[in-house]
Formats: sequence, C-alpha cells, structure tokens
Amino acid sequence: MGGNQTPLAYDYTVARLFLYATILFGIIGMTIGVFIAFQMAFPELNYLFGEYGTFSRLRPIHTNGVAFGFTVSGIFATWYYVGQRVLKVSMAESPFLMVVGKLHFAVYILTILLAVVTLFAGITTSKEYAELEWPLDLLVVVFWVLWGVSIFGLIGIRRERTLYISIWYYIATFLAVAMLFLFNNMAVPTALVSGHGDWYHSVSWYAGTNDALVQWWYGHNAVAFVFTTPIVAMIYYFLPKESGQAVYSYKLSLLSFWGLMFVYLWAGGHHLIYSTVPDWMQTMGSVFSIVLILPSWGSAINMLLTMKGEWNQLQSNPLIKFMVLGSTFYMLSTLEGPIQAIKSVNALAHFTDWIPGHVHDGTLGWVGFMIIASMYHMTPRLFKRELYSKSLMETQFWLQTIGIVLYFSSMWIAGITQGMMWRATDEFGNLSYSFIDTVVVLHPYYTVRAIGGLLYLTGIFIWAYNIYKTITDGRKLEDKELNVNRSPMSAN
Amino acid sequence: MELGQIQAYAYFFFTAFLVVSLYAYIFHLYRAEKKGTRNYEKYGNLALNDEVSTNPIETVGGAREPLKK
Repeated sequence: MGGNQTPLAYDYTVARLFLYATILFGIIGMTIGVFIAFQMAFPELNYLFGEYGTFSRLRPIHTNGVAFGFTVSGIFATWYYVGQRVLKVSMAESPFLMVVGKLHFAVYILTILLAVVTLFAGITTSKEYAELEWPLDLLVVVFWVLWGVSIFGLIGIRRERTLYISIWYYIATFLAVAMLFLFNNMAVPTALVSGHGDWYHSVSWYAGTNDALVQWWYGHNAVAFVFTTPIVAMIYYFLPKESGQAVYSYKLSLLSFWGLMFVYLWAGGHHLIYSTVPDWMQTMGSVFSIVLILPSWGSAINMLLTMKGEWNQLQSNPLIKFMVLGSTFYMLSTLEGPIQAIKSVNALAHFTDWIPGHVHDGTLGWVGFMIIASMYHMTPRLFKRELYSKSLMETQFWLQTIGIVLYFSSMWIAGITQGMMWRATDEFGNLSYSFIDTVVVLHPYYTVRAIGGLLYLTGIFIWAYNIYKTITDGRKLEDKELNVNRSPMSAN
Repeated sequence: MELGQIQAYAYFFFTAFLVVSLYAYIFHLYRAEKKGTRNYEKYGNLALNDEVSTNPIETVGGAREPLKK
C-alpha cells in the first residue's frame, strides 16, 4: 500500500442496482393492483385485453410483483447498504463478494422478469404466493443462495465484532424463507415422471389437507419473513440513523427478536380455521397469533420510544413521518391480525374483504412506507446528491396516507357487511340474501378502495420522480455533507 | 402410549422449556448489566457510528488492518 492514503469507502454498486429494481417493480406491481381494484368495482374492465387482462390472470402478477419484486428488491437494496455499514466492511475489499452481489442481482432480475411473463401466459401451480413453476423455483433457489453467500461472506470479513440488530433480522429472513420455500414448493414435474403434460408443469408433493397445511404454514410465514422481519431490519437501522437517536432499548430488541422467532412459525394455522385440519392445530394457530402481539409490539414500541425527546423531528423531517407512521401501521396490523385469528371473529371475517383490508394496511402502511423511507434515506448516500424535493415528499406522504385510510376503512365496512349478510337467516333458517345481493351492496366500497389505491400509486410515481430527479439534478454533495444522520434534502 | 399422545406431551414440555429459556435469558441480560460484565445498550450506537472513518465498538480478533490504509 505504501504511501497511498486514500481512505476506504463503502461500495454501493449492487445497492444502486436493487434500488432501481425496487422502483421498477413497485410501479409495475402497484399499477396492476390498482387496475384489478377497479375491475372489482367495474367488471367490464376485465375484457380490455382478452385473456391477459382478466382479474384471475392479473391478480398473481400483482401479488408476486409487490411481494417478490418490490419488497424483495427493497430488502436486497437495504442489505447491500446496511450490511456494509454496520459490519464496517466494504464490498470493495472482496472482489469475490462483489461478483456474488452482481450475479445475485442478474439472476434475480431474470427470475422476476420470467415470472411476469409466465404468469401473464397463465403458467401457474395455483398455490397462492407460490404460483411459479419448478424451473423458476430453481432460479429462486440460486439467487437466494447467492444472497446467503453475500450475507455470511460479509459477516465473515467484518471488523465490528457485534452483529447489529438489523443483521439478525436479515439472517432470520434468509434462513426462514429458505426453509419455507423449499418445503412448500416440493413438486413432481409431470412430464419427467409420466411423459404427460408440458415440460414445465408440476403437481405438489402433498395432497388434500396436508397440502393446505404446508401451503398456509408457508403462506403466513411469507408475511412473517418477507413483510415483517426484513422490514423490522430496516426500521432498526434507518429510524435511529435518520433521527440521530440510538435505539431506545437494545435489550428489548433482543427479547422481541427471539420472541418473534419462536412464535411466528406456529401461527399459520389461523388461515385454516373451520376447515378440515385437526381442531387442535386451528386452536394452536389462534393462540400463537394472539401471543404474537407481544414481540411485534415490543419492536414497534421500541421504535416509537427511540423518538423520545425528539418528536419535533416528526414535524420537520418527512422521512421520520414515513417511518413513525410505518411503525404505527405495524402496531395496527399486528393487533388486527390476531383479532381476526380468534375463532369466533374468524367465523365472520374469513373469506371477506376485511382480509385484504388487513393485508393492505400492513403492506401499504408498514412495508411500503418503510421501503419508501429507506430508499429516500439511501439515495443521497448512493449518488452523493441532495434529495431533490422535500415538498414533493410531504405531498406524497399525505396522498398515500389518505389512500391507505380509504383502503382499509372501506374494506373494514365491506368485509363486516359481507360477513353479516352471508350469515343472516330468516325466522325459518333460510339465508336472507343471495350472493349477488352482497355484490350490489359492496359496490361503493370497492370504488372507494380503488380510489384509495390510486392515491397510493400516485405517491409511488411521485417517489420515483423525486428519486430520478435527485440522481439527475440534485445538488452534488461533498463527503462531509453526507456524514450526517439526517438525510440532506432541498427545501423546495 | 400412542404416538399422538407422545407428540402432545413432547410439544407441551418443549413449549414450557422454551418459555423458561426466554425468561432465563431476560434474567441473564439484566443481571449481566447490573453486575457490570456487559453493557448491552452501547451496541445501539452501531447504527449511528457507521461511517467508514469511525472505529468499531469492538474489533474482531484484531487481526485485520484498520479501516484507514
């Protein structure tokens, strides 16, 4: 090295690539989401693009696009940013990890683009959130293993001895999704075994009730380990960093982490209440769902208390607004979920619109807001530019907040109305309403939901524009201007 | 005893064991801090002091070169 005094810098090449992917898949996934929401209110919209424009064809593209496109890209982008910083090691120090990171991105993009194409073509296993056929599942395994190499490789060459809270949550995400994905996607390619059917077609290894059990063990834990643990990893880093306040209680974060790990994996049975799975398993799903409030709120309260004495930042910094509201929506949905898992409530709520209402106050309010805030926080550091517009962020925040409120309030009312109408009987025990009666009553709420979604999507476009303008037109920043907690942003 | 019964007992005792472990862990955390063997809260600073130029709170083994070459 001799006289070379150039200080080492973090290398964000891969983080930047995943940031672009997050924005791209956010736009694709949510645009389709808004379109199918309007289809629910105005069914004629199903006939615009032949078979490719029907609700049934588009819905898996929406769910896969936002979960495995937008959210997972966001998780990877933050990993390649936060990982280096809290481990105090640069990707530039390991050419091997750099190659792994770039390969990780390449295989990931290829997989998700193929996913969009095959789902449009109607190629699906018909398992919810596990629709991709086996050739694509194998590609998922490849990029997931590459991510694992990146995580443990970076940990292996770290300078900081203690792994920060966020790192535990990234590791948990990696391990749990690996296990869930492998077991739920075990399938027999029909052409290879019997010579019948298309080469890419397969049937599940499991049958009947067992298939349902494995599917919802997987399905609910996709919520746990794609929509929860990695997002908790984000908030434990980005909220303290942006606010300049160390986490309120490190010990509470330890307890919440182990509590969440222990409890979450058992809660999936609540998707199968009053179905043909053993009764004790349904009860277990209910009980563990209720217990889950404790570790979830442990993290959320820890975040709110981190803001202690600094609540004025909520007024002055839009990124703090996004994260504090994200944390609040995390509390709301982790209370709402357990309530829906209680057997008697489930008897009313199951199969109604209250369920997508619940899912969306979690995903739009918690997952979406945290990813939006994380990308805003990272952008000035990734591109050495000042964030383009604070006022656009404020506009985005309020549009999206109103959108979420319209979404979940309309679905609460629609869901409970629907549940009550389905179970209503006259004095002789005959059902009082036919299915179409409920559809007529629900129409206004479906319209309100679609408008709420449109407001949120408008915010996503504002976010994409703001980040694009930051990269192209933002004021260039010196290194010393970047070594601050609060993200540099232009007031206009 | 049938397999189902064995499973049920194993499940109950395993759950009880994990609950005891969690509370023992909480006790351990607070006792370690009270006796001064370890200050957990200082690790909260890991997110704040994460610039490439800052020194680690605790280094790994001391074998690797410092950040500034």
